[in-house]
Amino acid sequence: MAGSGKAHLRSDNDVILSVEDITVEFKAAGGKSVKAVSGISLDLIRGETLAIVGESGCGKSTLGKAILQLPRPTSGSVKFDDRELTTLPAEELRNVRPAIQMIFQDPVSSLDPRLTIAKVVEEPLAIWNRGDAAERSRKVDELLNSVGLEPEIVRDRRSYEFSGGQCQRISIARALALEPLLLVCDEPVSALDVSVQAQILNLLQDMKERYGLTLIFISHDLAVVKAVSTRIMVMYLGKICEISGPDDLYARPAHHYTHALVGSVPLPDPNAPRNKATIQGEPPSPVDPPSGCRFRTRCPAATDKCAAEEPQLTEVSLGHYVACHHPR
Amino acid sequence: MTSLLSIRDLHVSFDTPRGLLQAVRGVDLDIPAGTSVGIVGESGSGKTVLSRAAMGLLQGKNVQRTGTVVFDGKELTSLPPDEVRNEFGTGMAMIFQDPMTALNPVRRIGSQISEGLRVRLGLSRADAMKRSAELLALVRIPDPQGMLRKFPNQLSGGMRQRVMIAIAIACNPKLLFADEPTTALDVTVQAQILELLSELRAELGMSMVLVTHDLGVVANHTDIVTVMYAGLVVEQAPTRRLFANMKMPYTEALMKSIPRLDQPSGGRMPMIAGRLPDPTAPEPGCPFAPRCPYVVDKCRSSVPPLVTDGDGHSYRCWLPLGGGI
Repeated sequence: MAGSGKAHLRSDNDVILSVEDITVEFKAAGGKSVKAVSGISLDLIRGETLAIVGESGCGKSTLGKAILQLPRPTSGSVKFDDRELTTLPAEELRNVRPAIQMIFQDPVSSLDPRLTIAKVVEEPLAIWNRGDAAERSRKVDELLNSVGLEPEIVRDRRSYEFSGGQCQRISIARALALEPLLLVCDEPVSALDVSVQAQILNLLQDMKERYGLTLIFISHDLAVVKAVSTRIMVMYLGKICEISGPDDLYARPAHHYTHALVGSVPLPDPNAPRNKATIQGEPPSPVDPPSGCRFRTRCPAATDKCAAEEPQLTEVSLGHYVACHHPR
Repeated sequence: MTSLLSIRDLHVSFDTPRGLLQAVRGVDLDIPAGTSVGIVGESGSGKTVLSRAAMGLLQGKNVQRTGTVVFDGKELTSLPPDEVRNEFGTGMAMIFQDPMTALNPVRRIGSQISEGLRVRLGLSRADAMKRSAELLALVRIPDPQGMLRKFPNQLSGGMRQRVMIAIAIACNPKLLFADEPTTALDVTVQAQILELLSELRAELGMSMVLVTHDLGVVANHTDIVTVMYAGLVVEQAPTRRLFANMKMPYTEALMKSIPRLDQPSGGRMPMIAGRLPDPTAPEPGCPFAPRCPYVVDKCRSSVPPLVTDGDGHSYRCWLPLGGGI
């Protein structure tokens, strides 16, 4: 797996985000460079939820941030709402920012502990001079209500008085304050208890319907994204392995890496065969990635061809693309 | 079966500015020798406090603790801290959720593993290093010799957790506490670490306490599961029995909230509404009553006792699922 290609891009009038061939490079020790994201293309149709799934270090968070131009990608194109962001001057880019918001993995450290919750949620509105103080205060109450918090109780408290799940609700309220079109959620539930995960996932679904959002949902856990996504993209060492609708992906994972990810999810059933680690070891260093298919060093089906040639994304069934020389 | 660790009527409370916080409210727990016991509950359920108290930790001025903890024939709660410390490493050991902050960032891996070997077992520096390399091999780290020279920041989360495990098992403890050992890790690495712990347990004849919020994690790696809620044990049973026949509505709700690969896409996830009760002001009645879908009047007025049926299945509920004893 781990290939390139654009076969999976769609021609639809309602494409809100179109990313082509983006690469993000960082400087590494010894004058080397790391391609954290290596030639990825993707598109998002208005109202979709795209899940980006992979292990630590696969480049999924870097990709999410590159879409927001944080920092700008090294090369490639990011078109949002028909505007090319990568070449947009800084001041114009700033004007686009309200439309793309982000929520982060650690809800506690992403809130300023010195500000009251009312200030935290109001801040984006104040920065953009939306309404007068009374209008902003009304808007804050409305946002807190919509994420399931009681404004009278939470307004004057500070983030350290809340649990992780509540802090994530506050982060979501803040992200929605400027009525964005696209919300990038970077591992929004990985730091939370399973019982709270479900609450936050359901809340994101509700907010998506209520505010007509398009979502990018970054996660390392295939089970978590199952319920919320309309399309799932699996990444490995900066490349796309597989992209598909959720039902087809889980029923027939075509990439050996996707298959291993599916097999790693712990099943709450003592009678199920123990998932004898379906995949060994950890990803190799992105400073010096393997030739050809980047997954070949851990792949059970790897052959000489995988070392010599990089697989391209090809359609295996309707809307289901895989980059593998020997799909399952 | 003899108990390696036996806890009776343990209460742990903390003095806080908001009042007395009752973290553990009367827990009985037995860890039979050679078994793996899972302690499951949400953040704030008291599972971590219970495991720390079981190790004889938590002796600060603001801690109130009553009850008994007998480990390997010794009553830990009445021992002075120095003598409790003698049990660490050789008697019991612990691994933590966050392998980055648990390791010392300015000392090499080899020196961190050999510390326990030298202090506890009195090995020489050279012997301790040699044994450290063997331990790294035991936790399936490739190139153990090279690893001895590395610093924690050079390792991935999974590798750091393997190093933590090597440190914990260095002096052959009888009991290993694993507090959310895989929560900070990727699912692929989680599967590897859980498998490693189960293999080591079999190889070394260790008992283990696996503390987690995820029922999916305990299903395949424990013999007995204890479910905690608001500082109380609310259900306990041999693992297979618990999963086959949940008695406590809370356990059922936890089970349903696990994201599953076979759930329909695009739907809503089953969830437990609300949150844990305030530990500084426990209400009368069953602590789960405000969130329980089956609640009746009686649940709000008195706490159900922990009852045990003939198969060693205990639960704390007035209206157990599938009927009572």
